[in-house]
Amino acid sequence: MLSNSSPFAWWKILAFVLLMYGAIMGFMGNVPRMEQLGETIRNLYFHVPMWFAMTLFLLIAFAYSIVYLKTGNLKHDRIVVEFTRTGMFFGILGLLTGMMWAKFTWGAFWTKDPKLNAAAIAMLIYTAYMILRDAIADEDKKARITAVYNIFAFPAFMALIYIMPRLTDSLHPGNGGNPGFNAYDRDREMNMIFYSSILGFMLLGTWITTLRVRLRLWADKKDGLITNSIEHAS
Amino acid sequence: MSLISETVALVKKEFLLEFRLRYMFNAVLVYLAGAIFICYFAFFGRGGDLSPMTWNALFWIIVLLASVNAASRSFLLERSSRHYYYYFLASPGAIILSKLIYNIVLLILMAMVGLALFTLMMGNAVQDLTMFIGITIIGASCLAATLTFIAAIAAQTQHSMTLMAVLSFPVVIPVLLILIKVSKSAIDGLERSLAYQDLMVLLAVNVITITVSYLLFPYLWKN
Repeated sequence: MLSNSSPFAWWKILAFVLLMYGAIMGFMGNVPRMEQLGETIRNLYFHVPMWFAMTLFLLIAFAYSIVYLKTGNLKHDRIVVEFTRTGMFFGILGLLTGMMWAKFTWGAFWTKDPKLNAAAIAMLIYTAYMILRDAIADEDKKARITAVYNIFAFPAFMALIYIMPRLTDSLHPGNGGNPGFNAYDRDREMNMIFYSSILGFMLLGTWITTLRVRLRLWADKKDGLITNSIEHAS
Repeated sequence: MSLISETVALVKKEFLLEFRLRYMFNAVLVYLAGAIFICYFAFFGRGGDLSPMTWNALFWIIVLLASVNAASRSFLLERSSRHYYYYFLASPGAIILSKLIYNIVLLILMAMVGLALFTLMMGNAVQDLTMFIGITIIGASCLAATLTFIAAIAAQTQHSMTLMAVLSFPVVIPVLLILIKVSKSAIDGLERSLAYQDLMVLLAVNVITITVSYLLFPYLWKN
């Protein structure tokens, strides 16, 4: 993890700057006028980064599950849980921002769109992970078994993302003959805002997660579950 | 003992156990028959019609539920003290491989019997039956591979039956979606080569699931 618990760490400042730039320019900047999309095209800066961030956090959780199985250190389990939680949180935000967008461009909050449903199923998979955590009392056993499930679930999540959109046409811009914005449609300014928004949300999520991991490690220390290395927590 | 001979011995043990305690397979068959009867009366009780789409959906839902039911028992049939005994005798890899082989065979048989019963009761909607049988075999083996490992996870908790459904349904959805898509094309009697790519995806899922199960099972096993 990014190693600095100071609130003035460079990457935290970078997250703030990137997100402020994304938010201000996202609403004020110039956007191309497109059929159907209109002003809602600005949601590109807020909706799409949620999915990038979610995938990153779930990937990190997957990686730390493997690390946990190798080391057996409960600290790594805490990192897995908190990254999964943050990933799910961004997933829910992605669904909500997407539903708002869908209402204005497709006319309904929920549609048969494969990407939408794949995202919803992914949420189900990780909710099952959380339920599994609650079902096991012993901390070490809980950590070990849920790490195994997390490793098993991540390929299913990736399969959802790759398989689902191939089964039917998506209503998403750029799919199935819909007017879209691929790399050629976005001008330089849009790309700048888009990428800084993605990076900003990724850093923000990591920041949230490191805070939660630190909090949880303090609680564990109080409960006597972990005895060492609070300093290396974040 | 090498991995292969251990696995062979354990697979023999599974089938011997199955043969002696015949109720397992019979229970699954009665479950299937019951579910098919319910569908039969729900759809034809007062004279009705069944579109091929609904036929397909019903068939796979019944196969899924029966598979979850059958697979969830694969680690609960024997007492946990017996599992400690196996722990001393065999490697975890051999144990999961034997359970996988046993469940794949069991679920393929179950799906075949289910298909026969289903076509008998609900009428035959399939135009390319050979293809449909092939898809059912691949599908049942995919379900078996995924569900066996989920059963191993669920068996570690106190409420394994509930957790089995919760953990397995979201994970098998991608497999089930491909299955419903390819079997629909077999029902409509479309060109077979169109389905080959999807079938390859299913086989790849199968291989990946078995490999991941083999690699991860030792971590579930040690206590």
